[in-house]
This record gives sequence, C-alpha cells and structure tokens, in this order.
Amino acid sequence: MSSLLSVRDLVKHFPITRGVFGRPVGAVRAVDGISFDVKQGETLGLVGESGCGKTTAGRAILRLIEPTSGQVTFDGVDVLSRDPARLRALRRRMQIVFQDPFSSLNPRMTVGAIVREGLIIHELAEGAAAHARVKQLLEEVGLRPEYATRYPHEFSGGQRQRIGIARALAVEPSFIVCDEPVSALDVSVQAQVINLLQDLQRDRGLTYLFIAHDLSVVEHVATRVAVMYLGHIVELAGAEDLYAEPFMPYTQALLSAVPIPDPQKRKQRIVLTGDVPSPANPPPGCPFHPRCHHPAKDAACARITPPLETKADGHLAACIKQPPTRITWEEQLAAGATHRPERYVPLALAARS
Amino acid sequence: MTAPDSRPPALLTVRDLRTYFRTDAGVARAVDGVSFDVMPRETIGIVGESGCGKSVTSLSIMRLIRPPGTIEAGSRVEFEGRDLLALPEPEMRKIRGNRIAMIFQEPMTSLNPVFTVGEQIAEVARVHANASRKDAWDRAVEMLQLTGIPAPAQRATEYPHQLSGGMRQRVMIAMALVMDPALLIADEPTTALDVTIQAQILELLQQLQERFAMSIILITHDLGVIAEMAQRVLVMYAGEIVEQASVGELFARPHHPYTEGLLAAMPTLGEARSRLAVIPGTVPPPTRWPAGCRFHDRCRYAWERPERDHPPLFEVGPAHWSRCFLAEEPQRRTQAKDASAIAGGSA
Repeated sequence: MSSLLSVRDLVKHFPITRGVFGRPVGAVRAVDGISFDVKQGETLGLVGESGCGKTTAGRAILRLIEPTSGQVTFDGVDVLSRDPARLRALRRRMQIVFQDPFSSLNPRMTVGAIVREGLIIHELAEGAAAHARVKQLLEEVGLRPEYATRYPHEFSGGQRQRIGIARALAVEPSFIVCDEPVSALDVSVQAQVINLLQDLQRDRGLTYLFIAHDLSVVEHVATRVAVMYLGHIVELAGAEDLYAEPFMPYTQALLSAVPIPDPQKRKQRIVLTGDVPSPANPPPGCPFHPRCHHPAKDAACARITPPLETKADGHLAACIKQPPTRITWEEQLAAGATHRPERYVPLALAARS
Repeated sequence: MTAPDSRPPALLTVRDLRTYFRTDAGVARAVDGVSFDVMPRETIGIVGESGCGKSVTSLSIMRLIRPPGTIEAGSRVEFEGRDLLALPEPEMRKIRGNRIAMIFQEPMTSLNPVFTVGEQIAEVARVHANASRKDAWDRAVEMLQLTGIPAPAQRATEYPHQLSGGMRQRVMIAMALVMDPALLIADEPTTALDVTIQAQILELLQQLQERFAMSIILITHDLGVIAEMAQRVLVMYAGEIVEQASVGELFARPHHPYTEGLLAAMPTLGEARSRLAVIPGTVPPPTRWPAGCRFHDRCRYAWERPERDHPPLFEVGPAHWSRCFLAEEPQRRTQAKDASAIAGGSA
C-alpha cells in the first residue's frame, strides 16, 4: 500500500523567552525530528505519555501550529510550503477530531451550524442541499437528524464527540488526525465511539493518525504503532509485533505498567524510577537512559543518540543495546561502553503472554 | 454463609446511605440506599462510570456533603464503633485526617499553592497531634521519604507548582498518612497520571497499606486498577450497588448485565477483538432514574419484570450479590445469547 502521508524530520521547538524584549533563552523541544509514513487506509497509532510531543506532532502535520522545520507530504503535495489559500483546499482532505468534546464545539452555534460550516467554507453545498447533508451526516454518526437545531451543551460527552466526528466528516476528508478522541469518555461510551470510528474507516476508506495515551485502545484500533518519548519516536512497528515483542526498554515498561482487568494475571511490573525529564532540558544521548532498566545500559547510552533502526522485519526501535544495531561495538567502546548489546526481554513481559 | 461471629468486626459499616441533592431540576438521588462493610486492612474497590454515585458515597462517609446535598435520615455510617452521622462537627473534624484520610484525583487543586509542601504536611501534624514546629517538620520530611520522594528534606521546602503530577500525588499521600489513619479513601488517585507514574503510585499504596495496616476504599472507573489492587469490589450504577463480590469472583463470573457489559466494552491489552461490545445509551440523569431496574433501558436481557419492579440484591454465589432478576430467571441470559447468535450478532 502506498503512503498517504509522509513525515520527515519534523521539528517543533517552542522558544522560551525572558525579559521585556522576549530574548530567547532556550527551547522546549516538543517534537525533535520525527519521521514516519501513514499508509492509505491504515490507522497509525501514536502513543506516549504527557509531554512526549504526540499532540504537537499531530497539529504540526496539519499546520494548526507551524512546525520549526521538516517535511510533510500529503498525497504527493508538500504541506509545509503551501500558502494559506492553497492550504485551505488541502485542509478539506485532512481533518482532526479533538479530545475534549466540551471545549472544541462552539457553544453559541447549533449542532447543524457546526456541521454545516465546513460545507459552506469549502463550497461543497448550500441552502437545502447543505441542510439535507447535515441531517445525513448526523444519522451517519448515530445522532438523530432533528438534533441539528440544538446546542452542544444539551448533549453528553459521547454525543458531543459524535458531533465533532460529523463536523470532520462533512468535508469528506481522506485523512483524520484523531487526537485522544475517547480519553474523556466513560468506558461504555468509549466503546461506542471506537466502533463508530472503525465503521466509518471501513465504509469510507479513511486513514487515521490515532493519538492516544491508552495503550489498550491503541492496540485495538491501530494497524501500526509509533511510540514517542521526549519528542522522539523510539519504536515503530506493526501493532501485533510491537505489543508482542517490544524492543525499546521504554515501550517494555509502558506495556508492563498497564493494569490488566484480570486478577488472575496480577503480574510483576517494571516500575520506572523518576519522572519524565523536561523537554526543555532533555538528557544527552538516548532520551530514556536516566530511567532505563536494560541490564546493558552504560556510559555509551548517555553519549550516543540511538538511531531509529530496523530490529526485525518492519520493526524499528531506537536502542543501541538491543541488537542488531548499526552503532558498532568499537563506536560504543569509544563512547565509554562497558556492556555489549544483548537482547533483553524483561520477565514482567515474558510472564504475561 | 459463614457464621457472623467468626468474622472480625468491620472497620466501617455503611447502611442504607442516601445522599440527595435538591436542585431546580428535581431531587438528584446521587446515592440511593448503599450498604457495605470495610474490614480492617482490606482494599475495597468501588467502580462505576461518571455520575454513578461513587464519589458522593465517599464524601458522605467523610461528611463533606454541602448544600443543596443532604444525607437523608435513616442513613447509617459506623466507623470504629462510632456513629459518624451523629457526631458533632468538632468530633468529626478529629476523625477526618486522624482516622480517615482522603486523596483525590487532581493533587494540584487539593494543595495550597502559597505554602511549601513541607509546611502543609507539618500543619496536619501540628493541628491533629499538637506536635511542636520542629517535630512536625521532621515528621513531614520523614513522610516524604516514606512516599519515595528523592531528597525529601530539599523537596519539603518546595512549592506544589515545582513538583510533577506524580510527585504531587506522593505529597498528598504523605499528608493523608501523617496521622496514621485506619482508613484511606482514594478517589481516582491515578486517573490524572501517566501509566508509568500510575504504576509507581499503585505500588506505593500497596507498600504503605502494609506498613500502616490500614484499609483502603479505592474509587476508580478503571477495572484494570481494581483487578490489581482490590480484594473486594462494589459496582455502582445510578446511585446503587448493582454487584458486589470478591475481585476473583467478579472478574471470573460477573453476574449483573452492567458489570458484564463494562468488562466486554473495555479494550484489554493482549486480547485482540475485532469489535468492542457496547452498552447502548448513556447513564440517565440522577434526577430521573428509570423506574424498575435502573439499568433496564440499556440492558440486553431486559423483559417486563425489571421494567416494572425494582430488583433487590440477590445472593448469586459465595459472598457475591447482584441486583438483577436473572438471579431468579437465569435461563433468560442463555436464551438472549442464543437469540443474538442466531441473528448473527456477536455474543
């Protein structure tokens, strides 16, 4: 399958300024050079903890915030060099569904007006045709057409998220960034919205970038998964491979930390020490090395920035201690290595399958 | 059932607790006849979705309900043999913090931004134990150390905004445990935290429970957290307990259709499913609980009886109760499953 979206070396730094003249004194390296492709019709899951840069990445791709540098190609078109007028035409094909269904809908607009707005702006329909289209869209996301005359506050969280989805669908996009679309919802409602997104994908051939912190949800929806840590993608693989055999020690810890709703499987966890470092002052070398539990971790991890490289077929990870790696032993020695790379699968993960 | 006298006395006994809010939209029966016990050193989980009454239950135990909310007459909360609902407020204040402590979802809003965390923890010791300034401060540092905060003496001099979310929750736990309470109520203690930090906090709670020999009421919407932490579970829906069982029993043999639905609706790591089961509809507003069984309009098995009659809790297994007429008419469950299989739906 061909790539619909291609992201290369995407960087977004937010400057930290001081004083009345806004003298830059540093930068929050929210997204620090990430590259990935999203293939036509697939769902790429983008997971990570707060502050890892996943939301910034999603927005920078759509140019809802301007990236610092990098390249984004959507269906052969260079997104970042487009002028505003031509960007609008592109936006019709790239949409976003936000996390918070309470703040992302204008409270002064009726549901009908919210969904219709995109149709009017992009001159897709007007008058009676737009009206009919809005009703059809509401039905498609499981809402009653007569809701068009009501206001967002009259709806529950799950219903509002359906309104947000209808708004995104109105302009018939081929690609949707779903930014934590079910995080604010209760379990029973979350399942309804996940199923809806999957049905829409199947019926309309949609491609999703699905950003979430909930690894169980991502495993359920994603074809492939990218794991982010401190602005970097540290692992990228098919969903099944990533969950079955994570290479990167961070991914391993993340997976082992998820509580499993089965008391028979009470398990050992890899409990990481400390907090995620600040993206304004990331550690040198591997961003994860201060918290890493790999037994071969050594001084080289603090000096060498690990490349995101192939560890198994279609499985990329950034760790110089998980073989194979193109960072040679000589290079590691020169950086102060004391432990040779060695494949490491923590017991806590081995025990659960 | 085991003979009642063979069991140690419960630390906390809640009987027929009703907490209503009289609002313009009508009477919201947020907690509507809840009864349960908490045994010494036990962790009991209360699980349910937004608006089910799980947080109001815990606030009622602490008597932290503000108008227009009232704890209705006939409700009973007994703790260490004392009737909490009849205690004068100064007495109740001694219980809070001293014997029952509470931690919340968002530590930032529960900490005072203008005092250092050390001062805030020390104040608890000074107010409740009349400790001297010096002793209280030492105690604060010691508590921070116990909760696994690195460089506790240094951290004690910092303000809440200087700490990460996980650190703040540790500070909250330190503050809650200063007075060595017998019962800790933890209301969604890890919901705002990242999964690796959640793992740290859950681990910490387990260690401290052991050390302080306390009971925990753990309130959460996350069945995964319940499975890892609790010995017994209460499932709440629409202001009522709809199912109660040991954690093993509940996950192995969920009886109430709501519990069954929650488990099926959850995507679970390592269990690939093509499609999630859904519970149709949403939780009704607390001013308008449906007549009969409050879950009947969302239930896949519902028939005339639950539409008409309100089910009591039935004993459906050893120490396992379920508020569902399927206890008396179990064949309806298998019939409904067969019917949906024939119709091509997934069971």
